Amino acid sequence: MKRPLLVILLHLAVIALLLAANYVLPAYHRDVLSRALVLAVFAMGYNLLMGYTGLLSLGHAMYFAAGLYGAGMTMLHLGWSTPAAFGAGVATGVVLALVTGVLALRTTGVAFMIVTMMFAQVFYLATLYFSEWTRGDEGIVLPQPARIFDMGGFHFDPTNALTRYAIAAGLFSLVLLLTLALARSGFGRVMVAIRENEERTRMLGYNVFARKLIVVMISGAVSAAAGAAYALLFGYVGSTFASVQYSILPLLWVLIGGAATTLGPLIGTVAMTYLVDYSSSALARALPDWNISYLGVVGIALIVVVLFFPKGILGTIRERWAKWLP
Amino acid sequence: MAAVKPLLVTRNLSRSFGGLKAVDMIDFSLDPGEVRAIIGPNGAGKTTFVSLVAGRIAPDTGVIGFDGRDITRLPDYRRVRLGVAYTFQITSVFANLSVFDNVALAVQRVHADGRSVGATAAGVKAALDAVHLSERSDMLAGEMAYGHQRLLEIAMGLALRPRLLILDEPTQGLSDGEIAGFIALVKELRKETTILLIEHNMNVVMKLANRITVLDAGKVLAEGTPRSIRMNEKVQRAYLGGVAHD
Repeated sequence: MKRPLLVILLHLAVIALLLAANYVLPAYHRDVLSRALVLAVFAMGYNLLMGYTGLLSLGHAMYFAAGLYGAGMTMLHLGWSTPAAFGAGVATGVVLALVTGVLALRTTGVAFMIVTMMFAQVFYLATLYFSEWTRGDEGIVLPQPARIFDMGGFHFDPTNALTRYAIAAGLFSLVLLLTLALARSGFGRVMVAIRENEERTRMLGYNVFARKLIVVMISGAVSAAAGAAYALLFGYVGSTFASVQYSILPLLWVLIGGAATTLGPLIGTVAMTYLVDYSSSALARALPDWNISYLGVVGIALIVVVLFFPKGILGTIRERWAKWLP
Repeated sequence: MAAVKPLLVTRNLSRSFGGLKAVDMIDFSLDPGEVRAIIGPNGAGKTTFVSLVAGRIAPDTGVIGFDGRDITRLPDYRRVRLGVAYTFQITSVFANLSVFDNVALAVQRVHADGRSVGATAAGVKAALDAVHLSERSDMLAGEMAYGHQRLLEIAMGLALRPRLLILDEPTQGLSDGEIAGFIALVKELRKETTILLIEHNMNVVMKLANRITVLDAGKVLAEGTPRSIRMNEKVQRAYLGGVAHD
């Protein structure tokens, strides 16, 4: 059942493939994939909490947006460099995860979903309320020169498509390896145990509340890292990213790819990105007067997955053919 | 007899559910190294009593002492770290995890507490060897037969290196052969740990217990050696009368 070498090789191969794709992909797909990889990081952060630990949050837009605004605001109003702004974004996410986690984790199940959603709505409304700095719905475009930075003797220009893809793939690879290490560690074992039976886990001597809080913070940090990277790579910060649909989307990506699988979030995010991309134009051609929004496609995908593939693509593969998949 | 310091003590321990006094002012004392059986009719408060000891529920009144320390207000998981292990009446192994992972959760906890050292895998193997489940290490716990799941439950308790092992109706649903195996297992365990055993099967109780505490309607009805309990008229009327041919 456990094949450590095969697992590590598989993940390294995926990483190598993604990094190499930078040099062969057509420009359009490189851009689509850059975006999808950053969003896949968000999905991986969500997966740690929902997939592995079994805590269904409906408020993860808050952590993504915390990274987005944490990076965007410090760069725009304080003139911070890209690496510093990135750090600020992640730190904002961690602090917010700590505060909201302590409160939300007093609840479980449906109540937890509602409480996390409410927190995210508060954050969303705050981005509108402080529109003097955030420009609310309209958002802010981060100026290109501010995003260029030097690090380790190299010069990075995130507005260059190749560099942007490389940074996105690099961040993705880092978080993928982090997820893998976590999933295979003793800590990961306890995360799954909490998901499977909280009381039994407590009766094995574990402080379940503290563990959950740590996972919320890791998940918040990863989600915020995705948000900060999004702001700095694509140069746009707007309150849409704090709205409820960005809490639902990571849930969808993770469900489609396979909850509690390391590579599921990548598969789900990429599949969904292309599905929305192609189906929107196909639907517009087939049914010109219907004016179907991409959210309609998202909704239908969610229903189909829940009804027919409750374990997602990779979850189903793991169950049927490859039990060794982490 | 020399005064042995008891491992577990309760004083005036009570817990009610609504109007029902499930546990009613119980004074209890357990010496280290003992195998103590708790028996009594259904609803006598046995599971409630050990749940209070394990910290799964909070008492209304009374104190609980473990190894000379007041643990009444200590949360359940902290008691486990002190060495109070509880195995569930209704089998509650992690069905979707492998047998290995089930036991590893207990082993890595004990390592983290510094109560033992070594590789997790070695600790898991030792615990699984004790219940003869080693060759099923890679199976999903939920795919095993019921009797094996009960043994896994005990292995998880063992792997916690308990100083007090609470077994809540461990032989329920086991076959005669499995019960014989269980008796042999507990005879090994009692060399290393103190055991509190809730059990309905009088054969098991008589073979294993040094002393027996009989609960009835939340109170201690009688306490003593197996022989004295068997002779006790009150006990016979309340409980043993129902199983006269035993």
